[in-house]
Amino acid sequence: MPKLIIDDREIEVEAGTNLIEAARRLGIEIPHYCYHPALSIAGQCRLCMVDIEKTPRPTIACNTLAADGMVVRTDTERVRETRRSIMEFHLINHPLDCPVCDQAGECWLQIYYMKHGLYDPRMVDEKVHKPKAVPLGPHVILDAERCILCSRCVRFCDEITDTGELGIFNRGDHSELALFPGRDLTNNYSGNVVDICPVGALTDRDFRFQVRVWYLDTARSVCPGCARGCNIDVHVNRRRPHHAEGRRVARLKPRFNPDVNAWWMCDVGRYDQHGVVDSPGRLPVPLGRAGAAQVEVGWEEAVAAVADALRAHGPEAVAVLASPHMANEDLMALRVVLERAGVRQVAFRVPPAAPADGDDFLLRADRTPNVRGAELIGLDGDAAAILAAARAGRLRALWVFDHDLTTAGWPAAEVAEALGRVETLIYAGAVASATSARARWVLPTATWVEREGTLTNFEGRVQRFRTALEPLGRSLPAWELLGRVLAALGGTPPGPRAEHWFRALASAVPAFAGMTYRTVGDGGQMVAGAVPGGAPVPPGRRAVVGAAG
Amino acid sequence: MKLAQRLYLPEVVSGLVLTAGHFFRNMGAHVARALGRRDARGAVTIQYPEERRPYSPRLRSLHRLVRREDGSPRCVACMMCETVCPARCIYIVAAEHPNPDIEKVPARFDIDLGKCVFCGFCVEACPEDAIRMDTGILEFSSYSRGGMIYTKEMLLALEPATGDGRPTSPVPIPPDRRMPAP
Repeated sequence: MPKLIIDDREIEVEAGTNLIEAARRLGIEIPHYCYHPALSIAGQCRLCMVDIEKTPRPTIACNTLAADGMVVRTDTERVRETRRSIMEFHLINHPLDCPVCDQAGECWLQIYYMKHGLYDPRMVDEKVHKPKAVPLGPHVILDAERCILCSRCVRFCDEITDTGELGIFNRGDHSELALFPGRDLTNNYSGNVVDICPVGALTDRDFRFQVRVWYLDTARSVCPGCARGCNIDVHVNRRRPHHAEGRRVARLKPRFNPDVNAWWMCDVGRYDQHGVVDSPGRLPVPLGRAGAAQVEVGWEEAVAAVADALRAHGPEAVAVLASPHMANEDLMALRVVLERAGVRQVAFRVPPAAPADGDDFLLRADRTPNVRGAELIGLDGDAAAILAAARAGRLRALWVFDHDLTTAGWPAAEVAEALGRVETLIYAGAVASATSARARWVLPTATWVEREGTLTNFEGRVQRFRTALEPLGRSLPAWELLGRVLAALGGTPPGPRAEHWFRALASAVPAFAGMTYRTVGDGGQMVAGAVPGGAPVPPGRRAVVGAAG
Repeated sequence: MKLAQRLYLPEVVSGLVLTAGHFFRNMGAHVARALGRRDARGAVTIQYPEERRPYSPRLRSLHRLVRREDGSPRCVACMMCETVCPARCIYIVAAEHPNPDIEKVPARFDIDLGKCVFCGFCVEACPEDAIRMDTGILEFSSYSRGGMIYTKEMLLALEPATGDGRPTSPVPIPPDRRMPAP
């Protein structure tokens, strides 16, 4: 293992580590644009220059591997002058339209100019003009003038997705980023090129002009879009409610987790998940049926009525359809409530109308985030049997979580018959649907960004998501709603926070034994007996990895 | 104190004579002015609101949005003023401009003058010189809070004041203060 000295501090790194990563481990930031740890080395931007002892000129740190006895300096006058000159070079044809650029505030040109540039521009000639506001695909828009030709996006499409839509065309200062003729940036990971673009050249069409980034707050979370559970940051706009058409969740960004998703997330998760939070169909208040109409009721009334319905009819006449969209805490609370009420008919596998497909990288065919958790917590009953019981008139109360049974993969006539024969239909969920419209009681629940909890992904990794927003209206997290029902049934909820339910889960279910929010942390923790598979190898890397292995 | 003063009444009478003398002299001057004698000046120095004191060119008065040649706002909806505003009284919603050379345009640009503290930071922050506080208009008022919200169209219609601070555009009157049609 080579041992080297960077800025008078010694560090030992694995062979094959480059100087940027070695310095990063010491907390020293070497500025760079084109280098990305997931991509090949391009050496395009020339910004990561460092001085190496016994080397006549400054050297790029990204393409220099740490060697034994190397003495590196990142703060000499020569290095600073080099960075300043290279920044000046990058900004020769840059339009400097920061005020109208969506990237402003998180742009590495801005950050490094303020840190390392700070020169007076000497450029007197007209800047080269290139295409602006060119849509590259459904999610990404290009401003070629702002591009500094670092080629990260080109390498992403070549090496990660293996789709190769992008290229750099023409020569010299006329070089520009563009699509290959006849291609569109339509792969399922196109949103990631916006994340890796260090400047404002590639921006998000969904986020375009919505909110300035400095108004956003962020919370660490997990994508609920499929069973993978990619780690994400949720960016929410709470300070300027008139922006982004009132959307509270402005965007989702992937968060690095080497064991799940590495740096990436798919477009299905990125663009389809936050819609539910600000959907016009959200249920803000508990509803009860008065005649044909549903009217607003108080939580006390609704909870007491639900508890009565669970208790009154006897175990054979009550069934619950839980949902794999519920967090582990919710499912645990449901299990305790059902044990208390003596209800034994519970299931969560309601077939989707059209089975989804996974892809060859992160996206899984199972588009629900917590099937594994629901299985481990022991709620895996026979949903078809519950439907049959309801059709046969054996059920007097049915409690449905999240599912819209009328659009599920069951024959519509059978569902209609079943819902018609159930005396007390209870619906708990965030969004109104045809099922909630038929319910006797409607209990609004908070969406995943409005509460905290944990999800168990398909490999058995338990991962935390945190609160980014207040629940809409008077909606409650499902675990809190179930805790109130439990109290109405005479039980005692373990505590006032989701964490208390997680502790109850850890002591009741062997697979979760010993887990706490602290041990789960930001990277997640495997349930007992599960084997971590690591992040999948990107399609564009498979040939390389296969040849090497 | 002299005897005449201690008698009290003569002093009252002389005071009344002085006051009445000023009153009638000024009344004569005002009547003469009203009848067309421009050189006659009464004791009141400025006939506000017909006459106005000159304002300093540095005065911060009602905001206006500067127009391009085609009449569209010069504003590019960069949100700098909205960000710097300490009263948070500016509300901008950005939209796409049909001209690809202009990135953004405000679909909505409202200033809530009920909140504005007239600090002028918005003018200083603007990179496009698109907002100015030089209309000379100080007399805006409304019967409701909603009436104090001035929209993009109202702000775009305003013109700069003359050199001595005289407004050249009419005071924008909110709907709740307009007289009903007879």
